[in-house]
Amino acid sequence: MTQRILPGFRTGLSLTLTYLAIIVLVPLLACIVRAMSLSWSEFVAAVWTPRTRSAYALTFGASFVAAVLSTGIGTLIAWVLVRYEFYGKRLFDSLVDLPFALPTAVAGLVFSGLYVPSGWIGQFLAPLGIEAAYSRLGIVLVLVFIGFPFVVRAVQPVLETLEKDVEEASACMGASRWQTFRRVILPTLKPAIVTGFALSLARGLGEYGSVVFISGNMPFDTEIAPVLIVAKLEAFAYAEATAIATILLVSSFAMQIAINLLERRTRRGLK
Amino acid sequence: MSDATPTSGTLLIPPPPRPANQDPLWVRVLLIGMAVGAMTVLVIIPVVNVFWQALSPGIGSYLRTLTEDPDTLHSILLTLTVTPLAVLLNTAFGIVAAWTVTRFRFFGRTLLVTLIDLPISVSPVVAGLVFVLLFGTGGWFHTPGVRVLFSTPGLILATTFITLPLVVRELIPVMEAIGMDEEIAAVSLGASPWEIFRRVTLPNIRWGLLYGIILCNARAMGEFGAVYVVSGHIAGQTNTMPLQIEQMFQGFNTPGAFAVASLLTVLAAVTLVLKVIVEEKSRKLIRDAKKVDVPG
Repeated sequence: MTQRILPGFRTGLSLTLTYLAIIVLVPLLACIVRAMSLSWSEFVAAVWTPRTRSAYALTFGASFVAAVLSTGIGTLIAWVLVRYEFYGKRLFDSLVDLPFALPTAVAGLVFSGLYVPSGWIGQFLAPLGIEAAYSRLGIVLVLVFIGFPFVVRAVQPVLETLEKDVEEASACMGASRWQTFRRVILPTLKPAIVTGFALSLARGLGEYGSVVFISGNMPFDTEIAPVLIVAKLEAFAYAEATAIATILLVSSFAMQIAINLLERRTRRGLK
Repeated sequence: MSDATPTSGTLLIPPPPRPANQDPLWVRVLLIGMAVGAMTVLVIIPVVNVFWQALSPGIGSYLRTLTEDPDTLHSILLTLTVTPLAVLLNTAFGIVAAWTVTRFRFFGRTLLVTLIDLPISVSPVVAGLVFVLLFGTGGWFHTPGVRVLFSTPGLILATTFITLPLVVRELIPVMEAIGMDEEIAAVSLGASPWEIFRRVTLPNIRWGLLYGIILCNARAMGEFGAVYVVSGHIAGQTNTMPLQIEQMFQGFNTPGAFAVASLLTVLAAVTLVLKVIVEEKSRKLIRDAKKVDVPG
């Protein structure tokens, strides 16, 4: 038994559990208990109205579309960073982390400023009839900004460990470069790509700070679920806010478990 | 003589074919172009735009916004109070939890790791809401006379919740990669727990720890949703910098909002530079540790 040679197991575990309980578990439990104090019909009446349905649909829809786009862009960037040499690559690599470091409120503020019809980018979209600020497109844009680094950072390490000889073997057997990519490289990358997708989707589902600036927050049109919770809170409708929050909470539990399983699978693939 | 050799060589031997794992030039150029284009639209233009918008009313008015508006000053001060406290708490927790999780095997260990990661996927708004439920009227911890909501303690709690996993998540892989041979050796030589930590563990994990602290700090400074819900956003009292940005934006004070945003962007850039430095150091440390482990 090597496990108890080192000191600090009891102290460490009890401190960890106590802190986790105070900061995370008890507060989350309070939310669930509060939601359970509602009767079933009250709960359903709170979480299943036309307004909440359109908010869930938008939250999941926008996050899903953004996660798909992030997956494409993120995989492309990871590929370029690992496989090619070009001027300014190191700077490019560290800029990928900017969305992690930049406060979401700043991202929301800048994106809304850029995409209004008088903004730097909006002025080119307006003549085409594309409204990017205060629209659903704006929500997707800002979620892609927040989500794509997750994909890059999930795919990059796996791509780095990919052995050259499998590609050579594939080429020797007469595969074209595209066939090698499709049949040899892509299947190896798949777990990492799926993990990146799940991470950016999870982040998108809960995102609030950036979306609130760019979406316009119109009920039935551009109101996402977290914005709806805040609107209910500001109207002192605590029970309704709690019920909707519980729905979000349960879906984030599910996402977290899925991500942990995926990450473990990717790590096993790396070994 | 030596000049002639390569020429005759190229005549005799056909040029080597392109390596099997290298793409044709047009593919490389196209893909690099697309990646750079995406980064330009998503990251570079927005960053340039922050400073452009902040400085477009002139440097004088930019500095006046940041130094003379009492609400803005207060928000900077509040962010500088809340962030270090949340980071300190989560750093202490991070070290203890990473030690527990990587140095021992016990029942429910995987579940514990999942629970530690949980705040990452909880929506910030929900994180704020749970504290409103706990400390608001009728909540489990509601004590009349003690103000937690709509004041600094609430902001610290909400920020701590959101940033809780960031230090642990960086420490766990580092401590797993380094292994515990050195620590076991220290125990067998009679070192006290504190000595083991100070002289063996801490030097080994220091770069990973610093990396986690940097990430935690960046997230804590920028946290918006959770803080928005618990703060009641009272200007001059409970507005942190991100909340101040939102309030100025809603009040059509766009130059003011961008001025505060530019400060946070500078801090984000500093974070990135520190991150690159620390990443380099910690990678080197792990590589060295692995080199020692290889027998022979």
